[in-house]
Amino acid sequence: MRPLKIAVLIKQVPEAGAPLKINAGRSWVEETNLSFTTNESDSYALEEALLLKEAGGAEVLACTLGPERADQVLKDALAKGADRALFLTDELFAQLDVQGAALALARALIEERCDLILLGLQADDTGEAQLGPALAERLDLPHVTLVVETTLENGSVKVRQEQENGWFQHLNVTLPALFTIQSGINRPRYASLRGIMAMKSKEIRQLSASDLNLSAVDLTPQQTLYGLGVPPKTKQTTVIEGSPAEVVARLVEALANEAQVI
Amino acid sequence: MGKIFTFLELRNGAVARSSLEALRGGQELAAQLHHSHTAVLFGLEAPPSELTGLQLDDILVAPAPQLAIYTSDQYVAAMDAVINAEAPNMLLAAHTYQARDWLPRLACRLGRPLVSDCVGFRLDGDLIWLRPLFQGKMNAQVKTTPGLVMVSFQAGTFRSDDLESGSPTVRTHEVDLSAVPVRVQPGKAVQEGRGAVDLSRAERIVSVGRGIGSEENLPLVQALAEALDAELGASRPVVDYGWLPHAHQVGSSGQTVAPKLYLAVGISGAIQHQVGMKGSGCVVAINKDPHAPIFEIADYGIVADFMEIVPALTAALLERRSG
Repeated sequence: MRPLKIAVLIKQVPEAGAPLKINAGRSWVEETNLSFTTNESDSYALEEALLLKEAGGAEVLACTLGPERADQVLKDALAKGADRALFLTDELFAQLDVQGAALALARALIEERCDLILLGLQADDTGEAQLGPALAERLDLPHVTLVVETTLENGSVKVRQEQENGWFQHLNVTLPALFTIQSGINRPRYASLRGIMAMKSKEIRQLSASDLNLSAVDLTPQQTLYGLGVPPKTKQTTVIEGSPAEVVARLVEALANEAQVI
Repeated sequence: MGKIFTFLELRNGAVARSSLEALRGGQELAAQLHHSHTAVLFGLEAPPSELTGLQLDDILVAPAPQLAIYTSDQYVAAMDAVINAEAPNMLLAAHTYQARDWLPRLACRLGRPLVSDCVGFRLDGDLIWLRPLFQGKMNAQVKTTPGLVMVSFQAGTFRSDDLESGSPTVRTHEVDLSAVPVRVQPGKAVQEGRGAVDLSRAERIVSVGRGIGSEENLPLVQALAEALDAELGASRPVVDYGWLPHAHQVGSSGQTVAPKLYLAVGISGAIQHQVGMKGSGCVVAINKDPHAPIFEIADYGIVADFMEIVPALTAALLERRSG
């Protein structure tokens, strides 16, 4: 039996605590001085692939689509143990909506003939939670979203899917398949020094739109960001400031007398 | 005249509350755009009684037996068939876990856009959809190309109490799914971590997030909860890290709560968390990040390290109680 081939899709997103400012064109956030990191649920997807590799042997292919800076997430994945990487980068990709991204990734992955494609349940920047099922449709693969457990069993996978209100659904899926991974499914590792050294000799293959035989017309978005704003406040927030003792005294007074909840 | 279809998800034979909220969104859009409005349900012969008195043009039920239990392959195939036969301009739904599983696949099959996790709309010549970015720190205004648009609404975007009454007709739509392969076979479903903690009835909740830094700091927050006679809640990361069992989790994948007092310690307030607690009365947020989204929905905000505030607050409350 040949070893499994597992592709992991990773997105580079702004760090969780990064202060965000709307850019001059009100089209996106200002990216200068912003620090970026691997999308949280994608790092759980990568760890799941590396665990499957350690358990039964697999080739792990890390894949991202993004601007020049995004190759960092691939280097991190290679340092943690991914075997090689695909980097989809092109100025034409800047305008992509989620279905355009699914199209480009499908073109890049179709010839790889992966047994399993894993990615996080959603990107922490756009939060659409659409890429996985859309890519599965493009590649004609079955998919399961919000996976919290995977067990391989000759040619099929048993997965546990998180549902709402504490419910979990067990599912049986034949390979090849695509899963989106819920955060918390495992403990993502840190790269070892040896891994970081090994990363330097691993391949990152760059793919442009023309490499994927895609034109600007193919990638025309169906939904476009028309403007960006700060969400309207629904509540009048009283900010309590001062020394810790002053803050505590004021809060207790407010809870007792204004809100009357204690 | 255009057509709006709203897909309704069933839970134990009843329409999911979030679906009823989306249905209210459909009513508002239908009124403003002078479109017809159809509710769509899968896998049953007749609509649940709570629908038959609502303002709708009609209710379309697709009773195919393959739709009685959810599978993404069958749902996508069925809605694809319904849309091809009926040609609506808009397909609305609630942004539930199930919707996230199949609507993006359907959108890709139809080659039409899905605006997911939508929190509102504006009519400004064009229809403009509002949806959160960066876990709620920003809102995007989204436009779509002409033709069918699919939209999934975040829970709480509309109020099901506002649903208008009427008397819709009911019609059946037969879809043939016999040729659709089911590649994802459902096994058993289990509910975990319930029973021990019922946050939904709590009057006061102290909820803890990853901002407390480590599990060792948990007792400080537990002491505050005891001093307030409050239940202990948690955000998703706290449960993911194993600091507290899943039963404590508040949010879209945990419990939905509406206490009189919700005191959030070290919780940033991602959308998934807000969905579970925005019905709370008085919200207090303690967080050292002044940009944390939790402050947007807080009545009282304290920008500080929780270590400086929480132990002192616990002491003050205990003193007040004994005094």
